[in-house]
Amino acid sequence: MSLSADGIKVGETRESVLVEDLKRTRIVQYAGASGDYNPLHTDERFAIEVAGYPGVFAHGMLTMAMTGRVLTDWVGTEALLTFGVRFKAQVWPGDTLTATATVESVEDTPAGPVAHFSVRTVNQNGAEVVTGIAAARLEP
Amino acid sequence: MTGQPFPVEAGHIMMFARAIGDETPAHRGETVLAPPTFTMASAQYDPDHRLRPRQGEEWFGSGSGPGVMPEGGGGLHAEQHFEYHRPVRAGETLYATTVPGRSWEKQGRTGRLLFSERVTEYRDAAGEPVVSARTVAVVPEGPATPKDAR
Repeated sequence: MSLSADGIKVGETRESVLVEDLKRTRIVQYAGASGDYNPLHTDERFAIEVAGYPGVFAHGMLTMAMTGRVLTDWVGTEALLTFGVRFKAQVWPGDTLTATATVESVEDTPAGPVAHFSVRTVNQNGAEVVTGIAAARLEP
Repeated sequence: MTGQPFPVEAGHIMMFARAIGDETPAHRGETVLAPPTFTMASAQYDPDHRLRPRQGEEWFGSGSGPGVMPEGGGGLHAEQHFEYHRPVRAGETLYATTVPGRSWEKQGRTGRLLFSERVTEYRDAAGEPVVSARTVAVVPEGPATPKDAR
């Protein structure tokens, strides 16, 4: 799957609900798959009593990985050239996350057209949890 | 090849894709592509990975007690950046080499914040670059402070 330069317009956006009512078990599932067993994410007692948080929270990388779906569902995994994010706020159990990708520009490069995206994931209160940029190769 | 070997397995990609809620067929079956952040899971193959309980070593999470904050703990992931030279496919082995990057500091609301980068290059068996990953971590300087409320 690959998108053609004709099939994408500057300003075009895609929005995707990444998760509704994030469950603690989903965070544990990501810990097991990724190998990041940091008790901040998997151990409520540690997170509260030792680290001083209100409870466990999601790995930033879980939010980034889920956010990536709004890009890969649109342009395809194999077309992605770059993907980078800043983690703006914690994602807590119970959160509902929505990601938006926007085409900021389409650039002609010697290797063919490249689309540049901004990405933004917000929680149910509209607060940004992740912001970033990505680039993807397009079919000429 | 030098670097930490990371065998990219179809079953591992399936488990990772499930965990991130990605049910697309691209990540299932024998000839699958890894999702864009999958190289983070190379931690599974790092013998010295600190965020995995290891037999015969003290783990810092709770048991009969609440656990202890490890030396240099309290850090958070501030940024993550990937550059893709080509897709990662099940069945290949990547070789990861990590070097420290830049470090800098900023004044936060409650004290200085220390930022540091780690840059990991994932190469294939032929030595060609596959994924370049840059992690920015942030550690607040000084004693722990009350964290943001939920």
